[in-house]
Amino acid sequence: MKTTEQLEAKLKRRSKAAKLEIWGRLISLTALMLIVAVVVAIIGFVASKGIATFTSNHVSLWDFLSGKSWNPGVNGANGKPEVGALPMIVGSFLITILSAIVATPFAIGTAVFMNEISPNKGAKILQPVTELLVGIPSVVYGFIGLSVVVPTTRAIFGGSGFGILSGTCVLFVMILPTVTSMSADALRAVPRYYREASLALGATQWQTIYKVVLRAATPGLMTAVVFGMARAFGEALAVQMVIGNAALMPNSLVSPSATLTSVLTTGIGNTVMGSLQNNALWSLALVLLFMSLVFNLIIRLIGRKGRLQ
Amino acid sequence: MSKKRWVQGLVLVVLVALGFYAYQTRQVSHAGESITAVGSTALQPLVEAAGEQYTGEHLGTFINVQGGGTGTGLSQIQEGAVQIGNSDLFAAEQKGIRAKELVDHRVAVVGITPIVNKKVGVKDLSTHQLIQVFTGQVTNWRQVGGADLPIVLINRAQGSGTRATFEQFGLEKHRSKTSQEQDSSGMVRSIVATTPGAISYVAFSYVDKTVQDLSLNHVAPTEDNVTTNRWKVWSYEHLYTKGQPTGLTKAFIAYVQSPAVQNTLVRQLGYLSPNQMMVERNATGQITQTEGN
Amino acid sequence: MNSKTQNKIAIGGLYGIAGLVVLILLALLGYILVSGVPQLSWHFLTAPGKAFLKGGGVGIQLYNSFYLLILAMLISFPIALGAAIYLYEYAKDNWVTTTIRTAIEILSSLPSVVVGLFGFLFFVVKLHLGFSILSGAFALTFFNLPLLTRSIEDSLRTISDVQREGGLALGLSRWETVTRVILPAAVPSILTGVILSAGRVFGEAAALIYTAGQSAPALDFTDWNPFNISSPLNPMRPAETLAVHIWKINSEGIMPDAKAISSGSSAVLVIAILLFNFAARYLGKRLYKRLTSA
Repeated sequence: MKTTEQLEAKLKRRSKAAKLEIWGRLISLTALMLIVAVVVAIIGFVASKGIATFTSNHVSLWDFLSGKSWNPGVNGANGKPEVGALPMIVGSFLITILSAIVATPFAIGTAVFMNEISPNKGAKILQPVTELLVGIPSVVYGFIGLSVVVPTTRAIFGGSGFGILSGTCVLFVMILPTVTSMSADALRAVPRYYREASLALGATQWQTIYKVVLRAATPGLMTAVVFGMARAFGEALAVQMVIGNAALMPNSLVSPSATLTSVLTTGIGNTVMGSLQNNALWSLALVLLFMSLVFNLIIRLIGRKGRLQ
Repeated sequence: MSKKRWVQGLVLVVLVALGFYAYQTRQVSHAGESITAVGSTALQPLVEAAGEQYTGEHLGTFINVQGGGTGTGLSQIQEGAVQIGNSDLFAAEQKGIRAKELVDHRVAVVGITPIVNKKVGVKDLSTHQLIQVFTGQVTNWRQVGGADLPIVLINRAQGSGTRATFEQFGLEKHRSKTSQEQDSSGMVRSIVATTPGAISYVAFSYVDKTVQDLSLNHVAPTEDNVTTNRWKVWSYEHLYTKGQPTGLTKAFIAYVQSPAVQNTLVRQLGYLSPNQMMVERNATGQITQTEGN
Repeated sequence: MNSKTQNKIAIGGLYGIAGLVVLILLALLGYILVSGVPQLSWHFLTAPGKAFLKGGGVGIQLYNSFYLLILAMLISFPIALGAAIYLYEYAKDNWVTTTIRTAIEILSSLPSVVVGLFGFLFFVVKLHLGFSILSGAFALTFFNLPLLTRSIEDSLRTISDVQREGGLALGLSRWETVTRVILPAAVPSILTGVILSAGRVFGEAAALIYTAGQSAPALDFTDWNPFNISSPLNPMRPAETLAVHIWKINSEGIMPDAKAISSGSSAVLVIAILLFNFAARYLGKRLYKRLTSA
């Protein structure tokens, strides 16, 4: 009797491995929950401050999104504060899209080169160099932009040289390392036998890359681009120095304009918390989050389509 | 496995013991008084340098000086989160601040001058011309007697003390037209230095050989002209406290206002001392003559 | 055009793109190094900074950068690792997981000044941590987590499912499979992610201005008691990092040699990241060998 009970108890007791499994699951879940908490906290924080413009300062949402004049400290012709964010929304949108369009082919091309064509040279030269560039502070990028890119644009296209074009050039270099190294990771995740199968079927290297590897890696590549765009979106210091940072609707790619982040970063230290000027800046941050969500969804949709083909 | 456990346990015990020992032997004198000053980035170097000197002379005190901008400084002093708020503006000029709760301590005077790119070829403007330039009625330097270059306006950020002062006294309360905005004097200077046709404004201490400063109505931007108010574009630098300061805060502010700092650091950092001024100005911009000394 | 010439053209094109990218990147690095390296000297690397006189160094800032980086990594790496493991190995592929992933990605597009201000209001003011390395490390953690989580998850994806199946077939639990089989195999690629985010941490300024602060009080390098205010190990002291120093010099610096200090600091930063990369790669290689062959 006793022995069977003991045996039963022993069998019913969780094994060491099973205990470990539960522990591990719990620990990793806690970590994830921590991140979720962080995300919720920050988004909640920005939202609560950003919405105050509309709830406690009674600015209409439409005026905010469609107005073209940004002077939160001053009342406009209609007696309401001038908080038109359209120029910045357009500026951010244009500069992000353009730099992503320019950077993506370069980044993916380089990643393909590193991974498929010449892994040796890739690992020895390209990867360390790209990783190095991520760590250069934006101020330094900004200064190089100011002393090299802006005069060049001025010489070629006229105007003052400040504008979306210069901003795109600087952002292109800034997001290149992130997109490249993440793309390379995505390509590395494609199983080897995909390539072998394709080559065995008589496809050329390019056909294998184009029709098999890139297709298989599409979701990962999309993530890389999303992160690149996120960086472009969130970048402030460098862009602010070369885009001109003037809250005007961009007439052309070489006219001074502004982005959401550049106006936010310039103004935030000079405003008093809780005042309309300050709330209006947080609203810009909210718009930024929202636009980034939209971008994210669009890219995901494209990615899903790419995978199905 | 059990041996590994042993080692791990031992390491843990040693670490805890070390930590305890470290805690016991910490220098208690350093746990003395400490205050934090936050705000204007322009004023930060002065307060920081004064803080270093002060803590060097008074062991056991610690003065933590941070930037963050005038707005941040005033909001945090209003909240009571810090002991000193550094500001380029009168608290009454900043929207959203209950100025009555704050006590003003003026520690320096800063003169502000327009600067232009060297290719512009202009060294003097009348106030009228300056207003025309900044409101966009004039768009080429030729129209005010300079080279044939389009005018590129560079402003400081909205709400910045330098901009507020410049618009109030340089542009006689006209608002500059929307244009490029930068949030620091250093960046403004380097953009003006590299952009043909650019004009902006900075504190005297930021003028160097890469840019050209302008005289207004044939009055040169010099310290002497500021002390007599012939050069009108100047402002005070303020340390604000919530209510009357006490303890270390009081002692430190007195130290900054003492001749030991006013005649050395304030001057070395390119500011004027309020003691040099022959006029005084209040928050609404009214000038009164003082005895001078 | 037959597929062979097409192949040649395309491969040639890829060579061209890769070459161009290398050229751009090298030009950039060259620019920074050429203008910065002549400023470097032993004095510059070890001396404390000066507010308005010539001849300041960046010794304290350089040390702060490394200390902050290590602290931030100690906090953020375990969290990111755990989250990535859960997301990839445990979580079901449903809308909750997708929402979490999207939220994490969105977080990474916030300008760092927003994270900085959040850190300021929460850690510095609310939790009374003050302007300190610890506040800075927490802010950097917030800023770092999205990218790090994402890249570790991608690293896990590069390990083929055969390995997982192998582990499970041997009777290992899922957790054991992950820790004993998958993670060791993923070390090199996780390392890339860590280096990338370390680079960002190194170069980050805006998030730190409001949290770790922008003053560098003198340190006493003979005092290693972490409870003393002048001890290099004290996590509660304000600490300006090199990137913040560069930002500060460029925005409000009035010392006569501001430009030289700024370009010198940039070069130091680049070289520091380079050394850090090499060290991390070397250690990673040894770790990989030990973990996978043992």
